Amino acid sequence: MNDKDQPLLQMTDIHIEGYSDERWHPIIKGVDLELRRGQVLGIIGESGAGKSTLGLAAMGFARSGCRFTQGQVVFDGTDLLTLKESQRRKLWGTRIAYVAQSAAAAFNPAHRLIDQTIESATRSQLRPEGESRQDAIELYESLHLPDPANIGERYPHQVSGGQLQRVMTAMAMSSRPDLIIFDEPTTALDVTTQVEVLAAMREIVDQYHTAAIYITHDLSVVAQMADEIKVLRYGEEVEQAETRSMLSAPKEEYTKSLWSVRSLEKPESRSDDIVLALKNIDAAYGKTQVLHGINIELPRGKTVAVVGESGSGKSTAARVVTGLLPQSQGTVMFNGEVLPPSLKDRSPDQLRRIQMIYQMADTAMNPRQTVENIIARPLEFFHNMKGREKEQRLLELLAMIELDESFLDRLPAELSGGQKQRICIARALAAEPDVIICDEVTSALDQIVQEGILKLLLRLQEEFGISYLFITHDIATVKAISDEIVVMYQGKVVEQGLKSQILTPPHPEYTELLLSSVPEMDPDWLTGLLEARDGRAGL
Amino acid sequence: MHPVLVTIVKRLLLGVVTLFVVSAIIFSSISLLPGDFGEAVLGQAATEDTVAAFRKELGLDKPAPARYLDWVKSVAKGDLGTSFSGRSASGQDRSRSVAEMIAPRLKNTLFLASVTALIAVPLALFLGLTAALYRNSWYDRSVNVTTLTTISMPEFFVAYVLILIFASLWKVFPSLATVDIDMAMGERLNRIALPAITLTLVIVAHMMRMTRAAIINLLASPYIEMARLKGASRSEVILKHALPNAWAPIATVIAFNLAYLVVGVVVVEVVFVYPGIGQLMVDSVSSRDIPVVQACALIFAGTYILLNLIADVIGIVTNPRLLHPR
Repeated sequence: MNDKDQPLLQMTDIHIEGYSDERWHPIIKGVDLELRRGQVLGIIGESGAGKSTLGLAAMGFARSGCRFTQGQVVFDGTDLLTLKESQRRKLWGTRIAYVAQSAAAAFNPAHRLIDQTIESATRSQLRPEGESRQDAIELYESLHLPDPANIGERYPHQVSGGQLQRVMTAMAMSSRPDLIIFDEPTTALDVTTQVEVLAAMREIVDQYHTAAIYITHDLSVVAQMADEIKVLRYGEEVEQAETRSMLSAPKEEYTKSLWSVRSLEKPESRSDDIVLALKNIDAAYGKTQVLHGINIELPRGKTVAVVGESGSGKSTAARVVTGLLPQSQGTVMFNGEVLPPSLKDRSPDQLRRIQMIYQMADTAMNPRQTVENIIARPLEFFHNMKGREKEQRLLELLAMIELDESFLDRLPAELSGGQKQRICIARALAAEPDVIICDEVTSALDQIVQEGILKLLLRLQEEFGISYLFITHDIATVKAISDEIVVMYQGKVVEQGLKSQILTPPHPEYTELLLSSVPEMDPDWLTGLLEARDGRAGL
Repeated sequence: MHPVLVTIVKRLLLGVVTLFVVSAIIFSSISLLPGDFGEAVLGQAATEDTVAAFRKELGLDKPAPARYLDWVKSVAKGDLGTSFSGRSASGQDRSRSVAEMIAPRLKNTLFLASVTALIAVPLALFLGLTAALYRNSWYDRSVNVTTLTTISMPEFFVAYVLILIFASLWKVFPSLATVDIDMAMGERLNRIALPAITLTLVIVAHMMRMTRAAIINLLASPYIEMARLKGASRSEVILKHALPNAWAPIATVIAFNLAYLVVGVVVVEVVFVYPGIGQLMVDSVSSRDIPVVQACALIFAGTYILLNLIADVIGIVTNPRLLHPR
């Protein structure tokens, strides 16, 4: 259509503002972006860096409450910002397509998958509906979806998250767009699923020579997908370079700090003093049995990481330990005593000694209570502290989580994600527990913030000898914090052992699959992995 | 059997149970009504013997649980009993069966309710959807203000204003809504125009605002943003992507308002002298005609239960998660 040198997308000096607290705040402050046909550009940054806003801006779209104040978005020769919305709409879904973060939320629950897949193609009368349907089935097939001929007849809730994400890629591809915006498309997926989706997306983008903007906070993922990487922070570009040189030689300090996060590693140590032991535990939700005779041992003062994909029973095991879900078989031993299965049969002292920290610090705190109330509650409840003594302890606890007393009057909404998680940690510490169960406590946080939280947890363990049962699906976190690892799959424990044992081959089959699926910061990792797995069924 | 059918059957059975509970409540609260039918008919002057004989004839001397069982048994057989009115101390019995008294009144009520529903429901849906489509525009605001105004005014006031405008100033519609069975359809519609408009004004606001809110509530969903990014126009977004997910709350509020049209319109009936079931019930309460009061209350309860059941079913069949389980 145009000559090859002409960029497909040229965004210059983009400024975007968002409205909150009754005034306009800058979100994107003068970013340039250029994309050639068939090129894949990775955009990376922490949450709040403006990645998604910039991605949507490439479509000439600003979310409600946001506005463009300056700049041009020239797509194939036309400035999208000067077009009327109805004209821009003609490009959306047909020439520029969008793949959203959470496929489960981005599909309309009321319509069948295939109808949503071909919606844009049908509206733009690209081809007869019947042909679009046939084409969608072929796309499903090339994205390695099971039963491609019939999967489109299903509703979104009837297929898995990984499958939905691939259907969404098919939906974006249905009109054969020139440009696809991938907005954190694999963030919500398990590592084992992520590999399949990444491979499918890369293959189809290659096949149709589609240009793409790939937004993510995960470096190792973007390394597999992008030709070039742009680093974004506070709505400004930090640097941009070709993927390999960016990975091997980042120029800016900030980029280096992003790169170095995963270097945190704790030397393992073993202990035979078992503080908590799950013995042959069976547990069920109603009639669905979730745990099948699992055995887990937690040594005193150590960290046992429980890994596995969603649905493997990790969190259910935590619910059994806390007494929220009494087991149907087996016993939980705590400090050498049998722990009553149900929460209400446990003594206050037993309750005090096992604390829990959750993934979503947001929902784990009462939004109407101040930090002071939140942390003081266990002090009053478990230790009967009052007045001066309580205040003293509150300040000590805040110091432990590296926050000062100015936080006491704040409400959870006034805290950042990392600060919220710290408050939750302080609340758990206030009880002076032997064991803290950490359920995916860092998965909702940015990498740099994650590192801070993990370091804090390690320090607290050293100082107070707390034992952690650390539930996660993130292998990098496991390497950083654990002494021992428990691998779970379909409600069973595949293996438990010291970190070095579990992470060194030979592995049982599932551990192998899990470990090999963790993306590495090497642009050739995915290619190598796919070649290594080539010939196996299911990929 | 399909799980949805199972759910519907379960809800139906639950509805029957509810109806039983309600019948017990109706019966006991009517027993608590002050005064006595015997005295009400025979007057203060009647001797105790006469009153006692009269009570015995009507079966009022039996203990309450026995009377309740008798009533439930005969209702289950389809017999709503015999009215107390039309009897007198002289021993003449010109009483009519309750069914005979209620049937024409119920037909009138249902007629008015259906006509109102046919106007009000589509109107409310249309206004709600367009208000959501052009939300925060002058159109949205004026629809909201107008409907809020009409719902804020007492029904009788709306009714008298309409009479003033459409019956006195311009003689468009009759102010009296007396109808009978022999009347032609056109004439009947003409007669009930004003009460139907009054009721429409009363119920539209609630349904319209719920429609608007249910739609706008969904507009923040990621799949709505996705639909826009796939190039759907505003009206497509609302009709094709939001509305199919909003039927459950809308159906609930429509059912609630339709039930109101059957059970709650006595004020409007009085103003327009419309021979509906509401007036019959009020009259029966004042004359202590217990069988009629009980039957009316039971019909009202049944209406609520049935309409809510329908709303529940709509909620189920428009939710693919329930209709097509994994």
